[in-house]
Amino acid sequence: MYKTIREVHEAYDTKKTTPLELTRHYFSEIKKSKHNAFITICEDRATKQAELQTHELNTKYSGKVPRQEKPLFGIPIGIKDVLTMDGVRTTCGSKMLDNYIPPYTATAVEKLENAGAISLGKLNMDEFAMGSSNENSAYGSVIHPTHPDRVPGGSSGGSGTAVAAGLCFAALGTDTGGSIRLPASFCGIVGMKPTYGRISRYGQIAFASSLDQIGPMTKTVEDAALLCQVMAGQDAYDSTTSDAPVEDWQKAVREVENTPTAKGYKIGVPQEYFIDGIHPEVRKAIENTIQVLKSQGAEIVPISLPHTQYAVATYYVIAVSEASSNLSRFDGVRFGVRPPQAMEAKNPVEFYKKVRANFGPEVKQRIILGTFALSSGYFDAYYRRASQVRRLMRQDFENAFKEVDLIVSPVCPTTAFKLGEKSKDPLQMYLSDIFTIPASLAGLPSMSVPVAKDSEGLSIGIHLIAPRFHETVLFKMAGIIEKVTP
Amino acid sequence: MIDPNTEFETVIGLEVHVQLSTDSKIFSTARARLPQGQSVADEAVNANTTPVCTGHPGSLPVLNKKVVEYAIRAGLATDCRVNLKSVFSRKHYFYPDSPKGYQISQYDLPVCEHGHLDIELGDESGKRVGITRIHLEEDAGKNVHLAGFSLVNLNRAGVPLIEIVSEPDMRSPEEAGAYLRKLYAIVTCLGICDGNLQEGNFRCDANVSIRPKGQEKFGTRTEIKNVNSFRFVEKAIEYEVQRQKSVLLSGDKVIQETRLYDSQKNQTFSMRTKEEAEDYRYFPDPDLLPLVIDPDYIEALRETLPELPDQKRDRFVKDFGLNKYDATILTSDKPLAEFFEAALKVLPVLGISAELGGAKSLANLLTGEVSRLLKESEQEIHSSHFKVEQFAALVGLLHDKKISSTAAKQVIAILFAEGGKVDEIVAREGLTQVSDVSTLEPVIDQIIAANPKQVEEFRSGKEKIIGFFVGQAMKATQGKANPALLQEIVLKKLKG
Repeated sequence: MYKTIREVHEAYDTKKTTPLELTRHYFSEIKKSKHNAFITICEDRATKQAELQTHELNTKYSGKVPRQEKPLFGIPIGIKDVLTMDGVRTTCGSKMLDNYIPPYTATAVEKLENAGAISLGKLNMDEFAMGSSNENSAYGSVIHPTHPDRVPGGSSGGSGTAVAAGLCFAALGTDTGGSIRLPASFCGIVGMKPTYGRISRYGQIAFASSLDQIGPMTKTVEDAALLCQVMAGQDAYDSTTSDAPVEDWQKAVREVENTPTAKGYKIGVPQEYFIDGIHPEVRKAIENTIQVLKSQGAEIVPISLPHTQYAVATYYVIAVSEASSNLSRFDGVRFGVRPPQAMEAKNPVEFYKKVRANFGPEVKQRIILGTFALSSGYFDAYYRRASQVRRLMRQDFENAFKEVDLIVSPVCPTTAFKLGEKSKDPLQMYLSDIFTIPASLAGLPSMSVPVAKDSEGLSIGIHLIAPRFHETVLFKMAGIIEKVTP
Repeated sequence: MIDPNTEFETVIGLEVHVQLSTDSKIFSTARARLPQGQSVADEAVNANTTPVCTGHPGSLPVLNKKVVEYAIRAGLATDCRVNLKSVFSRKHYFYPDSPKGYQISQYDLPVCEHGHLDIELGDESGKRVGITRIHLEEDAGKNVHLAGFSLVNLNRAGVPLIEIVSEPDMRSPEEAGAYLRKLYAIVTCLGICDGNLQEGNFRCDANVSIRPKGQEKFGTRTEIKNVNSFRFVEKAIEYEVQRQKSVLLSGDKVIQETRLYDSQKNQTFSMRTKEEAEDYRYFPDPDLLPLVIDPDYIEALRETLPELPDQKRDRFVKDFGLNKYDATILTSDKPLAEFFEAALKVLPVLGISAELGGAKSLANLLTGEVSRLLKESEQEIHSSHFKVEQFAALVGLLHDKKISSTAAKQVIAILFAEGGKVDEIVAREGLTQVSDVSTLEPVIDQIIAANPKQVEEFRSGKEKIIGFFVGQAMKATQGKANPALLQEIVLKKLKG
């Protein structure tokens, strides 16, 4: 198969394959697959688009891929089912939205499709993106791409598995506390969460609005860079998007891969991230990579992010508070499936209770926690306090980035764990995100790049964090790591 | 037990929801207002919506800048401080007309704070009422209840509102009414609100409590929700004050609760108590950045404020010699004030100067008969049969004593009912005032001859009896005689 989008385009130019053939290939793979990665496939829609592109390639474009105009021409992708597509069922992994067909398309999806990407379907995920293992989906757990007894990580588990198992060329995930980076690490692919405000959230069904970001999940750093630059930019439909200039990150990655030197870069290693709980094989893999970077000329600088220990608690207060608010709209009046018993309710309150009983257990738990945290009398102790700590953590990073260009850590203390292994212990599950959460709270661009496999053949990812809107340094360093890692 | 002779003081604070007359909604591109002044609610059900106002999952609010401009104008006109940074918060409650499960509003950092406005009371005294805050928020949709089921119309969802919260500074229903009328005059004068009360463009919640006179601590208050007529607000407060008095005098306590006013029964009744009140769980809306306002922008808006009702009132008093009461009534109603000024411009054409009583006559007609007819029929002067030119003509006839003030009222009634031209109406109805001595003298001679007893009374010193002769003469001329002239002739004849 083709490794990068560039290779696919060369194959189109040389008529080794066509958008239609490649699209059909993926649908046949999806149908054979036992991974439960897709909730909905859009075979007719995608096939029509692939047919049109195949036709246009030979006519309008005279057999040559229009790379400038359509940098993702004929690239079949999967879309996490948290993003809306006009006329395509969007479930968010929940029975609540089992019949929801949005009337509009998410900005990020629209930009990819305008650039020529072909959407194959909607990818499985934890219900409302709440989970670290993809065991919380109302449509069943997603299976790890290579180890059927393992989880793919969550909440973008469908995206991670689909890319790694060759069910689509690339995928969109969303990341609130690690939901792109963790499954990327577990599945052995590249997963990137841009700076908060880089990519429009319009059409992303909100979990925690101040943390949610869309990002690419791909086989290579170069493709992640390309997808990111296509999606990035200010959007009139999302006031939280930034007008920070979007650079040619794909080009930046290709340049460093041609001459992979880390000379001149200062790389920070936060002492708080190398805790006892890290699996020895994970620790070794990350330390090895740091040594490799050093041998490539990087200066390794020990740093401190003193408020790290509060990250998980802070994150859960903020995330569940925002979630309890965002999920209010699923009340069965306008949105949310009405079970038959709800129609016998005697009053609105009874109706709401019967409708909202149909959230999954993790979602219910978070709504209840968030409702509590925002309640009068508790707001100051929880939400306000968490917001204050969040500011301190942001300050930690700002201080660190005065010294270094990039921060590295493991993505997760472990490799992919077994299905059911942590699903009974929410605290253990929440700790899977311990290294990814701080960058989410600070809104920083960060990325998971596969660097090794453990003794069982499970992938280990390194976690890179850059300053706000410094995606360029993130992509460059990821490119170097990808190139020099054995 | 409370002393049954206790004198109570009423304490009133008002929260007014003003619907802003922007073209599009506060957070979406859907229309907030139809060009003809029709209501958005009249449109096909749920037609006037985007994924944002229907709360579609994944949709995000984007603030309409015009809404901010209007809120700042309201703040400047009420001497508020405009906050350079304010924050939108989510107010959570479950109700079918709220598609997101929360309303976007402002909570601890509103756009404007610490203002005031001055009210005039009937006895020419005045009072300053503090304005605590003005905040921006979105309106909800509308529930329609039918037999056995209910429907939701979201056309109104997302229509921009400002909520103007007063200090508890008012002490009587009249003061509350005066405050509301002044506030209404200001927002309509600013052009930020269409001011259609029936459509709910200007809705009021009243917080009412009473306390023994002299006591500093406020009594327990009740909130009367959503009354949309000034008169009803006054009546609802009157009722509520009496109710609270009888509760206290019977030894009970007033409970903090929300009450609704039934205008048919003229009663308030309990809607929910404080215990049942919801916890709105306010928190800053993460989808909207803090609203940051440039001080230069505020100053630029201050420059473009129109003449406000108080300024206009003072000008009318100073330039046209109107009394303060008439000037207040005229300037409380923007269309009426505009009509007044337009008619004033026509007077010189008719050879009448505003200073020489023309303005006063005009003001008298507009604040008296005209206002009464408009109010009774719930019409606005612009859309009525009244025309500026005809009014000026009417004042001209009055000024030249060609018709009596009684006849002028008749003309107004006819103009109001069917329109037309003043001179034609006066001619058709035979309303021309008789100011001709040779016509009136024979009439008076006849009356004097027929009433020797009254003539005797006059001569014996009872001069008041003169009214009898004038009245008889008016009757004989079907009210067309010039009363001043009549009096003059009668006096001359009786004394002579």
